[in-house]
Amino acid sequence: MGLATREAYGEALKELGGKHKNIVVLDADLSKSTKTAVFAKAFPERFFNVGIAEQNLMGVGAGLAAGGKIPFVSTFAMFAAGRAFEQIRNSICYPKLNVKIAATHAGLTVGEDGASHQSVEDISLMRSIPNMTVIVPADAEETRKAIAFAAEYNGPVYIRLGRMSVPDLFPADYTFEYGKAVQLVDGKDVTLIATGIMVGAAKEAAEKLKEAGISARVLNIHTIKPIDREAIVKAAADTGAIVTCEEHSIIGGLGSAVAEVLVENSPVPMERVGIMDTFGESGTPSSLLKKYHLTADDIVVAAKKTISRKK
Amino acid sequence: MAEKLTQEQVSQLEKYAQSIRYSIVEMVTEAQSGHPGGSLSAADILTTLYFAEMNVNPNDPQQAGRDRFVLSKGHAAPVLYATLAERGFFPKEELLTLRKIDSRMQGHPSMKSLPGIDMSTGSLGQGLSAAAGMALAARLDNSPHRVFAVLGDGELEEGMVWEAAMFAAHYKLDNLTAFVDFNGLQIDGPVSEVLSPLPIPEKWAAFNWHVIEIDGHDIQAIYDAIQTAKTIKGKPTMIVAQTIKGKGVCQMENIADWHGKAPSREQCDLFLSQLNDLEAQ
Repeated sequence: MGLATREAYGEALKELGGKHKNIVVLDADLSKSTKTAVFAKAFPERFFNVGIAEQNLMGVGAGLAAGGKIPFVSTFAMFAAGRAFEQIRNSICYPKLNVKIAATHAGLTVGEDGASHQSVEDISLMRSIPNMTVIVPADAEETRKAIAFAAEYNGPVYIRLGRMSVPDLFPADYTFEYGKAVQLVDGKDVTLIATGIMVGAAKEAAEKLKEAGISARVLNIHTIKPIDREAIVKAAADTGAIVTCEEHSIIGGLGSAVAEVLVENSPVPMERVGIMDTFGESGTPSSLLKKYHLTADDIVVAAKKTISRKK
Repeated sequence: MAEKLTQEQVSQLEKYAQSIRYSIVEMVTEAQSGHPGGSLSAADILTTLYFAEMNVNPNDPQQAGRDRFVLSKGHAAPVLYATLAERGFFPKEELLTLRKIDSRMQGHPSMKSLPGIDMSTGSLGQGLSAAAGMALAARLDNSPHRVFAVLGDGELEEGMVWEAAMFAAHYKLDNLTAFVDFNGLQIDGPVSEVLSPLPIPEKWAAFNWHVIEIDGHDIQAIYDAIQTAKTIKGKPTMIVAQTIKGKGVCQMENIADWHGKAPSREQCDLFLSQLNDLEAQ
């Protein structure tokens, strides 16, 4: 098992902090959990705890960006995208200010804290705002590269990070290409389009499908917005069936984004593996993924179903 | 302590304020939409800031090291636009495009639309946080520039204001000076009846701000309060400015209904003649 994406975030911030003197980090009393504490220890003069006040977290971030800084602001995804939605919309995205919102503990795999802390709507909320970029890294290395990209990019970025450890998928020389899907496995019968922690599950599902004689392509969509339309259209043309895989509501997230591209270009049978318009609950991450049908086996079932719908 | 304004300076600033009020009434009438009441109440504060205090350059609105201004009560956009036009940021004729399609004068201030606007505002409660972030950025850069913000009294009902209040005091942002435009009225009526934010000075003092109470239509008092704020170390300053909503147009004064209503053309002509009379005095 590799590092959690939030752990990689903390490391990446510390490394970038040495290079970019303009990086300033804000947290809302969760720095030990979001891992911004790693940056705080290295650069205490550029770290500010705003306390349990997420609306102000976003507003101060906006002001710092207006003053020429590159603020990375962190809290749990629930309190960033959820509680402070309107501050992100009006104070950050409307004026297109250079604020990086690195939101951790996204999805069901927050685990034991339960539904109040399990953000399953944040991708949907964030991608609906004009000027916003939405990135969901799949492993530690992709997180490091995505954070480095965000520091260079001029404009608001929402980066969705997870609490639990995830398998390493990418080597140290991995290149992050903004807005470009990453093909992990090629195949001809179906394409599994995954994001975040579900990329590993999709890869595992492809192996299981192979054993059943089904050839599955696996695409990692780390940039949900702007989405790689070309890769999606090509997947539809090449494989004729799509399954989206995300640790997020089936409403408004990756599944919706992919469906939007397909209906406007080349509709093919598609199934969505995600959270079925319901709240989560307390439990271990693995028990939650199982109960809410977010495992490799669930992807296999969806893949077979979508293939069966081909004309 | 800086020197006081001379009587001539005060007179000149009062003339600017009258001209700004004239523009406010004209532009809101032309738009047949907008917020005259709270724009008129803040006219003397913005006049003093832009003509007697802030280091800004109309020919280079983005100039590094300039002082910054955040109109947290963004619905008072007409007073900001009128002040910037009076100060030479753009021609006054453009004020008549307020709220019209393709205009740079958006209904609420947009920093991407109009040079001279330092922060996009309009959704109440958000401006003070941005101003605090700007003040923090200035400190990190060791830049001597200062950040000013104007809040509404009704706006103080927004919880986020108090998050920002705690933040600015905790981090001792003494390069931040804010005003409450205390005109006592919000859309649905007197602030004391809708949801009382009173007592206002005591609240800011309890949040560890330096508090100064003034008559918000007394240019000399506004100027003096700003000078005092610049001498206060280790604390942001809140200037609680007692004002009159609709100030300068007697039919509008202290009437909540003029919060967000445009005068008719006939009313406008009457109001403008009153402002002309005042100026003549």
